[in-house]
Amino acid sequence: MDIDKDLVAASATPLVLAILTEGDSYGYAIIKRVGEVSGGELQWTDGMVYPLLHRLERRGLVDAVWGRSETGRRRKYYRLTRAGAEHLTGQRRQWQLVDKAMRGVWLTVADPASQPG
Amino acid sequence: MTKEGLLEERIEEWRQYFRRRQTVSSVDVEELEDHLRSQVEALREAGLDEDEAFLVAVKRLGDLDSVSREFAREYSERLWKQLVVSPGAGASSRSAQRDTALAVGLAIAAAVALKIPELFGLRMHGTGANESFYLRNIGLLVLPFLAVFFALKRDLNRIGWCWLAVPFVAAASIANLLPFEPSGHTLVLTAIHLPVALWLAIGFAYAGGRWRGHEERMNFVRFSGEWFIYYTLIALGGGILIAFTVFIFHAIGLNAEPLVERWVGPCGAAGAVLIAAWLVESKQSVIESMAPVLTLLFTPLFAVLLLIFVATMIWTGNAIDVGREVLIGFDLLLVLVLGLLLYAISARDPQAPPGKFDVLRLLLVVCALLVDALALWAMVARTSEFGVSPNKTAALGLNLLLLVNLGWSAVLYARFLAKRVPFARLERWQTAYLPAYAVWAWIVAALFPIVFN
Repeated sequence: MDIDKDLVAASATPLVLAILTEGDSYGYAIIKRVGEVSGGELQWTDGMVYPLLHRLERRGLVDAVWGRSETGRRRKYYRLTRAGAEHLTGQRRQWQLVDKAMRGVWLTVADPASQPG
Repeated sequence: MTKEGLLEERIEEWRQYFRRRQTVSSVDVEELEDHLRSQVEALREAGLDEDEAFLVAVKRLGDLDSVSREFAREYSERLWKQLVVSPGAGASSRSAQRDTALAVGLAIAAAVALKIPELFGLRMHGTGANESFYLRNIGLLVLPFLAVFFALKRDLNRIGWCWLAVPFVAAASIANLLPFEPSGHTLVLTAIHLPVALWLAIGFAYAGGRWRGHEERMNFVRFSGEWFIYYTLIALGGGILIAFTVFIFHAIGLNAEPLVERWVGPCGAAGAVLIAAWLVESKQSVIESMAPVLTLLFTPLFAVLLLIFVATMIWTGNAIDVGREVLIGFDLLLVLVLGLLLYAISARDPQAPPGKFDVLRLLLVVCALLVDALALWAMVARTSEFGVSPNKTAALGLNLLLLVNLGWSAVLYARFLAKRVPFARLERWQTAYLPAYAVWAWIVAALFPIVFN
């Protein structure tokens, strides 16, 4: 499904931070994980995740270290910082609130797509 | 070639392509490359062949422009950082350091060389100053260091060094063995033309001895334009430095002007010749050349100016009042138009079809030729009033030289616009004509003092 650009941008930060709570990771694996948790529905332009990761690094939400892949290639790993974890908690509350509000509104508004035709 | 090699080659190409983006640093490219390789591996395990895997992986990475733009948004300072001399990593930085040391060393040497004649009582300033000596030798005191800079940078072979020395030895003999009257016309002519001749001789070192090549000549033309711009900028900064030096010492009751006049000014001007050249060399791959940008800006303005001038002449019926200064003025106008044309050509993609700016340039050249033709005609009409003097001959000779250059350029440009000849013909004509200026500069510098004394 095509998701609105603004929505992708807004959800990208909490999504990446949440994936990093599962353990240190790197760009390619993060994107793969995004695909898994969304059941393959959420497709990012791969290249765009790197500027995002760098932005998070600059804001101190993640740390980056250069390591090696299994095959010995140089690879940049990202780790959630304490500030990142705190930021994620805040984000989580905000998203839950939005989610709750949306659920409430969906119940009262009929979804034309799910109406039996 | 094996398939494995092919993939490496394509990744290398991709990497080169990405590195040209100034907003994506080489470390970022490395990170992206790791991503690309991971993706390719995963796709191959899924059964794609190498080619397909590579294409899909590149496609998923996203289009280059938007990814670099995203990086640019994150790293806006990178767009500016590039303007500072920042050599890359590893081996290239060592050679850059060597270049820096070489340039600074030679700049100091040039500054010192300028002051050495004073040890022999040839004063530059003040009472009893030997102005004639400095007028004749100024190019010889500074430009050899620039020649050495390029000869070393281009690893000129021994025969090349010998050839390079010839014009400098010749210039030294011309400047110091020929009879000059202390304030004669030929002295000034030689003082102007010798540095020009030597500058073109430096082109030999710049091209690493391959001075016949079209590309090499064009590169030297580009270098000369950029050098001029850098030199002007450095001079501007130097002027401010000097003004502050005088000002702050004046504030504590000391007069720094003699010091500035005798040392800071001349030595700085000599050293800046080398520093400007070194800056052009080290920056050429980093920022866009300035000369073509200025050309783009001023071509329309000068075209409009000349059009209005011609229209005014026709409207008022005023003829050009021809004196020596006027002729020199029109020489300079032609030089300027030639410069506008040359730097536009040097930056133009030869494959591009004729465009609006090409028409504008042709218009500019035709207007300049028209104005110059009117000036020459007025001069011929009154030729009986003029005697033959070295100044007039030099000005007239240069004028004819430029007229031929620009006239044929206009013809070629018109034929290019009519799609009769490729643009490359115009480029080649310009570079092929360069030696004519060198020959003329040598003739004026060397033969005029003999003929007219």
